[in-house]
Amino acid sequence: MFSRNTPFRSRIRQKRQAEPVRSGRGVFTRRALLVMAVQAGVLGVLGRRLYNLQVVDGGHLRQLAERNRTSKRLLAPARGTVHDRFGVALADNKVSWRALLMPEETTDIPAVIERFSQIVPLDEHDRARIERDLRHVHKYVPVTLHEFLSWDDMARIELNAPSLPGVLVDVGSTRLYPFRDLTAHIVGYVAPPNEEDVAKDTTLSLPGMRVGRAGIEQTQEASLRGEPGSVEMEVNAVGRVIGEIDRVEGQQGQDVRLTLDSVLQQQVLDRLEDRVASAVVMDCRNGEVMAMVSTPSFDPSLFDSGVSHAQWNEWASDPRTPLVDKAVSGLYPPGSTFKPAVALAALKSGSVTAQDRFNCPGYYDLGGVRFHCWNRWGHGMINMREGLKFSCDVYFYEVARRCGMDPIKAVGNTMGLGVRPDIELPHVRSGVIPTPEWRQKHGFHWNGGDTVNAGIGQGFVQVTPLELATYTSRIASGRNVQPHLLRATNDQLSAMASDETVPKVDLPAEFLDVVRGGMFAVVNEPHGSAPKARLDLPGIQMAGKTGSAQVRHVSRALRESGHFNSMNLPWEYRPHALFICFAPYDNPKYAVAVIVEHGNAGADEAAPLAKLIMTDTLLRDPASDVRPAAPPPPPAEAQTPSAPAEASASAPTESPVADDQPERGATQ
Amino acid sequence: MKRNGLNTFGFLKSDRRLLRAEPDFRPMARLLQVNWLYVLLVCVLAGVGYIALYSAGGGSAKPFAGPQMVRFGFGLVMMIAVSLVSPRILRMAAVPVYLLSVTLLALVLRMGHVGKGAERWINLAGMQFQPSEFAKIGLVLMLATWFHRIGNERMGNPLRLIPPALLTLLPVLLVLKEPNLGTATIIGVIGATMFFAAGMRLWQILLLVAPLPFMGKLIYSHLHDYQKARIDTFLHPEHDPLGAGYNIIQSKIALGSGGMWGEGYLHGSQGQLNFLPEKQTDFIFTMIGEEWGFVGGIAVIALLGTLVMGGMLIAIRSRNQFGRLLGLGIAMDFFLYCAVNLSMVMGAIPVGGVPLPLISYGGSAMLTMMFGFGLLMSAWVHRNERDPGQEDDED
Repeated sequence: MFSRNTPFRSRIRQKRQAEPVRSGRGVFTRRALLVMAVQAGVLGVLGRRLYNLQVVDGGHLRQLAERNRTSKRLLAPARGTVHDRFGVALADNKVSWRALLMPEETTDIPAVIERFSQIVPLDEHDRARIERDLRHVHKYVPVTLHEFLSWDDMARIELNAPSLPGVLVDVGSTRLYPFRDLTAHIVGYVAPPNEEDVAKDTTLSLPGMRVGRAGIEQTQEASLRGEPGSVEMEVNAVGRVIGEIDRVEGQQGQDVRLTLDSVLQQQVLDRLEDRVASAVVMDCRNGEVMAMVSTPSFDPSLFDSGVSHAQWNEWASDPRTPLVDKAVSGLYPPGSTFKPAVALAALKSGSVTAQDRFNCPGYYDLGGVRFHCWNRWGHGMINMREGLKFSCDVYFYEVARRCGMDPIKAVGNTMGLGVRPDIELPHVRSGVIPTPEWRQKHGFHWNGGDTVNAGIGQGFVQVTPLELATYTSRIASGRNVQPHLLRATNDQLSAMASDETVPKVDLPAEFLDVVRGGMFAVVNEPHGSAPKARLDLPGIQMAGKTGSAQVRHVSRALRESGHFNSMNLPWEYRPHALFICFAPYDNPKYAVAVIVEHGNAGADEAAPLAKLIMTDTLLRDPASDVRPAAPPPPPAEAQTPSAPAEASASAPTESPVADDQPERGATQ
Repeated sequence: MKRNGLNTFGFLKSDRRLLRAEPDFRPMARLLQVNWLYVLLVCVLAGVGYIALYSAGGGSAKPFAGPQMVRFGFGLVMMIAVSLVSPRILRMAAVPVYLLSVTLLALVLRMGHVGKGAERWINLAGMQFQPSEFAKIGLVLMLATWFHRIGNERMGNPLRLIPPALLTLLPVLLVLKEPNLGTATIIGVIGATMFFAAGMRLWQILLLVAPLPFMGKLIYSHLHDYQKARIDTFLHPEHDPLGAGYNIIQSKIALGSGGMWGEGYLHGSQGQLNFLPEKQTDFIFTMIGEEWGFVGGIAVIALLGTLVMGGMLIAIRSRNQFGRLLGLGIAMDFFLYCAVNLSMVMGAIPVGGVPLPLISYGGSAMLTMMFGFGLLMSAWVHRNERDPGQEDDED
């Protein structure tokens, strides 16, 4: 039919004359039908595409949709608490408040921050951080204005809420250390995780997560931290939470129970007063550490919120090293407290018997060098028991020379010296018992003088207070006790090491008896070197050994001038005062090791302290019926263990035991 | 048809006969002539729109569904009113309406409200108005009138086709300037279809279509970089998932999450959670697809198709060129709206601001579409008017 639609005008005219004018309806109908077909085709293709999208690809797209819709967020688990052996909390969680700012709910952010700072002061550091956060986060992400608000601050913010649009108060949790500095070195502290931690475990990036940075908090991190829970939330396109879909409660961190006795710990701390010292009280039957004090200490709560620079610098530059736990990482020459180990080594090696007598003229010549006894007048012909009793240096010079370093090292290690104690603390250091090989490894020649020096615990010998306590426990109980702090986790008593299960020390009992006898003589016999350590408790005797460790060589000229008195030295050059002891002598239960840095003389400074600490310990023993002679001290139970403020208030002035004592050695 | 065909032999053909064929001018009689089935389908479509907008409002008549229904009410009244207007009056109105629409288009370029980076809206007495919608109706009316005047015979004269071509190009260029490529294309295609249906000769069509491929090549070589980037985004939306490709990807995700049976009314996660951009306007169909699944989506497409085909049939049934072209123009307009919008939300063509008629939220689109349906219905009501001096074709 299109052929009839001829383009030529002339023909149109001809046609018009020939037949009626065509309306074009037929053409229209055909072409409209064609258009309809195209339309139907297009709609069909669209329907087909819809089918592909919705049904064929549906599953894949549905997954994408689900990912769009939900947002999984993790919930910080509550950190496990740390308790002492009686269940007193040493590290707890405390509710704290923090102020957040929702940027999208505020029109004038600077004004709101200004008004907020009138309620809770913000320093420049805070302001800079807030500004930085505001620049970087989305408008719907809250920015922390201030953490660790007090109740008062929180209340004031809530009261002023109308003038603080966008500010909201959020409940969080802070780590609370009720005893503050008392257990700081043992319990440690937590701090916000750094980038390294987060890289290892991304759940740490959760707000409110803390990482143990020292002490039990660090070593027991795995049990204390717990498992984060998660909450799956429905979010809209801009990430704002619409509702909660699913919630998986996390696993709260496990509680940790320590062998520590917080009351005894407080008593020991009180005894040490302001000395730079360390004391360890150990149950010598099983190695439980009942008190372990290192002074001075610090307040671990400060780390949770971040320690200020000034505070940190003060701690770091303090020569008394408050941040260092001297009990486990302080290395000291053991001085005369090493003599029992030398005696045991000599007995074991057979080079010396307990009955062998050596003469002490007050000095000892070896290879043209003269070594002095602490008593310039000498001790005469003495055997091992007397050598220990008088703490005769010359006797042990000879014993060490005869025995040699290798047996000393072997036996020392057996007794726990020079071996890193396997205790649940970080930064535990190992002492050193030198041998010629050790010395050679460090590029030096070992000469005979080094051996005799080591025989009296000087020279290169180094131990930690915890090692000394372990060593004393092993002497006392004859058992190979391992020091430990962990008593139980999660309220399930661990397989507690009792005296029956602990294996015996690899030494014959008679050798230990000789040393124990010598140590008994030190405290209880006339002319023993530590009469001030004698217990005032009826029927209970203590055995011990003094130690005064030089930190600086005393020249021969000075010594021979006869005017040498270490008390005239500056503090930091005075000898360390050490004392190790165990009690009761006939049935040893507790071992105590005390080191007073630059305390001058073990007998005068450390021994009386050790006696007081041992007295406190024995009085705390629930299994013993020990009562002090007179006057009776108030029962130790009177001190409320859960109230640290009271505990610290019951300081030395209230302690009748302290009043009874003679003046401290340092003043003599 | 056959019965009418007798008239071709036409000894009875006379002016008197034609006058007798004129419909009854009494309003009630003409109201009865309105194709109420078609009106019902329009109402059903608007009902679908209401339900979808109710969901887009988060399960509330506010802020979309309620106002949209009020507009539909106005539109329905307008549609019925327009359908009663005689074609002669419509033809008289064609030139002023066309001029007005072109003037508005020119105005919007000068003082239009900038929305989404393009000047498309104009403020008329406090009402946001999109002149490009109105321009389509104006063009359809204008072309129908023009082709009616020249009749099928003079279609063969190329000179007669130049003025309507210019009349088409003017609004196309103005809309293109906004810039709104989608609507400009729709206007152009409507015009072309009307040229085609009006009886444009085959040789003319071939002459115009043949150089198109070369034109396309030429145009592509002159595209700006950003325009090429847009094409790339369209072809590979996943390259830029949060940028320009975001709408397409989110729309496809939402459709896919609907599956066969949908996530349930008011339970479409993507739409309800605002992952869907412009879910109440351009992407309303995505929301329907997500909540009602493929079944609901294909039903809506079927409904739209029925309205398109119905419009085309109304056009075919008209006995006068004006009514035929008017009906075809409106049906084509409606069809192109639907096709472009659906292709857009299914990621088949680049995104452009083309709503889904009667369903998408928006005043001017709704009112112009209802005005258009009024014109379509007028073609139906006055379908038996014949062009003076002309007979029906024999076939």
